[in-house]
Amino acid sequence: MERFIIQTNQLNSWLKKIIESVPRVLAPVNDGTKTEFRQIKTVDEVAYDTLTTTSSVKAAAFPESETLFSYRKEGKNTELTQVSPEAYPETVVWRARPCDAIGFAPLSGIFNWDYKDSLYNARHAKLTVIAFSCNTCDDYCFCTSVDGGPGSTKGSDILVTQLNKEEALVEILTEKGTKMKDLCPDCFKEADQNIDKESVLAKIPVKFSKEQVHDFLSKAFDSPVWKQQSARCLGCGACAYVCPTCACFDIQEEAHGSRGRRLRCWDSCGFSMFTLQTSGNNPRPTQATRWRQRILHKFSYMPDRIGEYGCTGCGRCSRACPVDMNIKEHLISIASISHE
Amino acid sequence: MNENIYLPYIMVIDKITVEAPGVKTIRMRFQNEEDAKAFTFRAGQFAEYSAFGEGECTFCIASSPTRNGYVECTFRHAGRVTSGLDRLEEGATMGFRGPLGNSFPIEDWKGKDLVFVAGGIALPPMRCVIWNVLDRREDFGNVTIVYGAKSVNDLVYKDELKEWNERPDVNLVTTVDPGGETPDWKGEVGFVPSVLEKVAPKSENTIAIVCGPPIMIKFTFPVLQKLGFADDCIYTTLENRMKCGVGKCGRCNVGKMYVCKDGPVFSKVQLNELPPEF
Amino acid sequence: MNKLNEKAAALLQEGTVKLIIGYEQGTEKPRPLFCTVPEDASRLIFNDQCKNNLAVYLTKKEIIGDEKIAVIATYYVMKSIVQLDKENQINKDNLIVLTVDSDGEVIEFNDYQEMEKYADEHVPAPDPKVVAMLEKIDNMSREERWAYWKSELTKCIRCYACRAACPLCYCNRCITEVNCPQWIDPWPTPLSNMEWQINRVMHMSGRCVGCGACAEACPLDLPIGLLTKKMAMDINAEFGSSDDGNVLSTFNPSDKENFIH
Repeated sequence: MERFIIQTNQLNSWLKKIIESVPRVLAPVNDGTKTEFRQIKTVDEVAYDTLTTTSSVKAAAFPESETLFSYRKEGKNTELTQVSPEAYPETVVWRARPCDAIGFAPLSGIFNWDYKDSLYNARHAKLTVIAFSCNTCDDYCFCTSVDGGPGSTKGSDILVTQLNKEEALVEILTEKGTKMKDLCPDCFKEADQNIDKESVLAKIPVKFSKEQVHDFLSKAFDSPVWKQQSARCLGCGACAYVCPTCACFDIQEEAHGSRGRRLRCWDSCGFSMFTLQTSGNNPRPTQATRWRQRILHKFSYMPDRIGEYGCTGCGRCSRACPVDMNIKEHLISIASISHE
Repeated sequence: MNENIYLPYIMVIDKITVEAPGVKTIRMRFQNEEDAKAFTFRAGQFAEYSAFGEGECTFCIASSPTRNGYVECTFRHAGRVTSGLDRLEEGATMGFRGPLGNSFPIEDWKGKDLVFVAGGIALPPMRCVIWNVLDRREDFGNVTIVYGAKSVNDLVYKDELKEWNERPDVNLVTTVDPGGETPDWKGEVGFVPSVLEKVAPKSENTIAIVCGPPIMIKFTFPVLQKLGFADDCIYTTLENRMKCGVGKCGRCNVGKMYVCKDGPVFSKVQLNELPPEF
Repeated sequence: MNKLNEKAAALLQEGTVKLIIGYEQGTEKPRPLFCTVPEDASRLIFNDQCKNNLAVYLTKKEIIGDEKIAVIATYYVMKSIVQLDKENQINKDNLIVLTVDSDGEVIEFNDYQEMEKYADEHVPAPDPKVVAMLEKIDNMSREERWAYWKSELTKCIRCYACRAACPLCYCNRCITEVNCPQWIDPWPTPLSNMEWQINRVMHMSGRCVGCGACAEACPLDLPIGLLTKKMAMDINAEFGSSDDGNVLSTFNPSDKENFIH
């Protein structure tokens, strides 16, 4: 890892160079009352005043919908055409949060365990993540309880930490990061080895032990806690869609006469019909069983299976939830039950 | 599998057989010779079959791996995709994405007696392994098949049932639900679990393979246990809703397992470890 | 709130009800609370920040079960209950409706007429932001309106929080979950998103009580509550309110059919 200093007033010069060189730059943009990642063309579009975006940045590698292949029927024959990876644009995400960047580890885990998902991998290979450390946090954040942190470098190619009004620390973590830095070589100078970024980071106390949660979950299938916690859950897909690590998807067909395409789009294990079988049998017929699946999948099944937890502690699900299913609160509650 | 794990092979439909009201078998071959040559599978594996324009559907591969040159699937016309498949004619093209999932560990069953228990539209996954076994008959001991459907007309693979019935080295017991018999029906009348109890196959050195709707399985397992079958001698194949077939879309995740990757074949020992979400 | 907590605790203590659905303080604003034991009742609150429409739980069998329950109703919850009752979705014998007036007194309604009378006397003041937006859109040309809605609805991610939060969206299989035929493409595109919202609003004709739960629920703050609000206003202006059904499913032989060519 290499460390540099950039003057705050040079950040925009660097960003400008990035916008000029890279076909697609995504950054947080104020949109009505919310802030979301959007493609930017000028440096002024970036929103620096909000803590975080409503949705995560996973769409850069795993979009809301994407074509798996196209087909064309001619008489009795069918021709299939694949999407060429060349069609996916080189992308830079500017001002992601550490909790966004960490999310790519479980995502890559899901998309590469055993079978390799070439579409996700192609998009991810073309993605450079420039994350900004968090100097503040809110009540929903709990990254430190799941091995993350406001200054964590996991999953980013570059991490920028605002040290004070004039300067920011720039940590270059990968070759992709070096390439971005090299677009504006005059912007950077070597950083002093003694720079302590911890002192400017938000203080986010650890609220629960994920190992404790994991251990409880292995015996908690029949616990009444699921019905209690999920009573107010409405079964919408907001939490899954804004989550940086949720990867459940549906496969659909778009047909126009003899041509069409097969595509995949985001789905959620919280929807009532997610596991519904054609016979009418539904292995998860109640919201309680579906809430249980969400927690168990993220904190028990995924770590056991692919060695990654399915949660980065970003709190987006809780902010987006219409009925305040505050996952940090629920996890603290689960961790405390495990003591009894 | 293709490098794009979501891309199906193009297949040409060679033969369509109507098995029962609403149930068809499609026999298909690879359009591309190289794909055909490279293709192998094991009994118990499934595939995603495409009706282009409608989507994909999950069925087991109903033909035996011992028979080359084609694969078969048997399905009931029930929704959007199966209606699309139902509309296809011989000579038309469709898609095949597979083989997916694990298989029956038939190598472990060499020298043992086998009892197959199936209900209705769940005979297809059994049929694959039954033919696999019969094509290597000398490797296995006694073969007993208990198969039932709602009514005589709903029995699938009628010609093959006849063939199995006439073989001296197969003990076939067919049954229909009470009320499903015809005046000239010579088989049993009763639900599969009770007929199984009546047939009472011995459990020593025997493997039981069960496939059917959840309600049938629920009542068959206790019968097998009563007959002395240990959990590691009972196998089944699960039918959770699946879409991607490769462990990514999340739909078939049950406990730590993915039915599409760790299954769909499970022994009762493995089923016991799974949460009851199948 | 003392009287509310006491009344709720008493109802549970006496076993009069098995469950009370009300509000408690959430992370930043009130959220639904499900009280099953008297101790839970101390968490109940009631104020004008209580925006979730609790009537949404009254059609969820797995929540309300078969036994008597109580719900602490805001104005909009009361209106929703009246509409759900018109649609035969409420088991009146199993539901006690309570509210809290501006003095903190708990009112238990003896029947729905009493409840409707109370509601009519306590109509909340219109939200000036909503009024302003409705006027702004009213003053737009057709092209401007199309551009406005297209730009907003393009952002929709089809999480269906709007549907999930609405007490009157209780279809077991929503039109978007029907694939035979696939009426509306289930993945987000400008077209299918518009189709979804238009459909949702049309299915609300004469049924929507204007609670705005859909808009509150939207994680992207899309102005979809304006659509249902405007629809409710238009329906009221055209048809008045109806006691025996809703405009979508009510007709009589003298209806004009001059749009059929």
